[in-house]
Amino acid sequence: MKTTRLRHARIELALHELRPGTGRALLLLHGLGERSPSALPAFAESWPGSVFALDFSGHGESGCSVGGGYTAEVLMGDADTALRLLADATLLGRGLGAYVALLLAGARPTHVRGAVLCDGLGLAGGGAEAATPSVVFPNPHALAPPDPFALVELARDVRPPDYATAFVRQANELSGLERPFSVCCAEKPDWLEAVLREPGVQSASIEDALAYYAKRG
Amino acid sequence: MTNTDASLDADERAAAQYPGARLPDRRRRVHSLGVNLAVSEWGDERAPVIFCSHGGFDFSGTFDVFAPLLAAGGYRVVVWDQRGHGDSDHAPLYSWDADIRDLLNVLDSTSREPMVLLGHSKGGSISTTAIQVAPQRVRAFVNIDGIPSHRPPPDVADHERTKLLATELSGWLDHRRAASEKVRRADTLAGLAERRGRMNPRLSKAWLRYLVTRGARKDADGWRWKIDPVLRPGGFGPWRAQWSMARLASLPVPLLGLLATESEPMGWDTSPADVKPYLPPRAELVQLQGVGHFIHVEQPEQVAKLVLDFVRDLAA
Repeated sequence: MKTTRLRHARIELALHELRPGTGRALLLLHGLGERSPSALPAFAESWPGSVFALDFSGHGESGCSVGGGYTAEVLMGDADTALRLLADATLLGRGLGAYVALLLAGARPTHVRGAVLCDGLGLAGGGAEAATPSVVFPNPHALAPPDPFALVELARDVRPPDYATAFVRQANELSGLERPFSVCCAEKPDWLEAVLREPGVQSASIEDALAYYAKRG
Repeated sequence: MTNTDASLDADERAAAQYPGARLPDRRRRVHSLGVNLAVSEWGDERAPVIFCSHGGFDFSGTFDVFAPLLAAGGYRVVVWDQRGHGDSDHAPLYSWDADIRDLLNVLDSTSREPMVLLGHSKGGSISTTAIQVAPQRVRAFVNIDGIPSHRPPPDVADHERTKLLATELSGWLDHRRAASEKVRRADTLAGLAERRGRMNPRLSKAWLRYLVTRGARKDADGWRWKIDPVLRPGGFGPWRAQWSMARLASLPVPLLGLLATESEPMGWDTSPADVKPYLPPRAELVQLQGVGHFIHVEQPEQVAKLVLDFVRDLAA
């Protein structure tokens, strides 16, 4: 497995090439507290192009912040750093990575060719509305990765449904894809229920979703 | 990071003097979970504390006239530079949560006694959150134009809104892509003063030049703002103004809220009518006429008087 080091602002990211190829890349985005798989997952075997997996900031082989500061938007920037190298990609995200895939598909609609949203850790985030604020001081000496600040902050990150659907509408309007999003989740937090009510979003198995995007330019 | 007299020419040394401005009586550093923060203090160390948080893209040097006036009223005035701002460390990442933790760490380093919190703009907003997190540490709150407007965005057709968001999102991501190589543009002292003047159209040239000597540093190729070039104003995100506004009503301490009348690039355009329904029981709201967003920088004497009257009434 080849690993490329990329820089997103002050954090070094690890992008793993799980399988080389010439066709459009499939980029895997892991869940909260997880890391990239070390081998090609079975569901990706029939993908016609290359397959990559990114370790988010504070996770896996990527670098950590100092004193936290992790948000889903920062992780969208992580994934965009990988997208810059890959030019175009289909995204498949688990949990937190599914939410990040949704954001990036809306923010880079002409470069993301389909986003597959799957169950995984951190799918719900901190709910639909700001909870009563509290401050958690993670142990800065805890074993990392994952960075304990990332685990705390990204588990509390608020995900309003109308914020999530704004990204769906971006992809619908600007990607040229008929169905930019495929949802393969059993867990459906409020933001995902709202996403499912939008046009351009299909429910599918992971295999069917990947086959659908493999056929589209 | 602090400009020393030796590095300045005669003109720049003259700029570093401004009537009423006084450098901090004491400076210290606080380690906040790995990030080293700069803290400035004015006034008697044993006096009750007014704990001040500056706004986004600002720095504690903007308090150099205002803080000595509060100190002269019998207070220990503490102003801290937020991560990435002023003389504090630039951090790998920035977030609301990180700022709140930093604020509480500096608070802990200052006193165990409940204190008056004062915040301008973003500093007012993070103080509002900090009071909800640690109400036992606070006896009163002064919020200087840091109350976000609840008003809905202007009526824009859906496809126009989509275009606006697309531009904002790609602009933010492009900025992040370039951020690892970004350095602030070097300029002359007068050039930086002119740029700051666009945000503060009513400040005198001398006051603007003074602020440059505090918020910028002199490098070999010229002056540049100390603020981390990775930071970018404006933006998008899941946060909703109404969450902040609605929770004002629950604040358990007396509030003095100051608002401006003049619309400016950095301003929030919040009007008294926006805020009134959300005021807590013990609140005073003052709108200063003919003043913009940087109220305490534009009118330090007037604001210091309002604050000192407010805190004196607390004791009565």
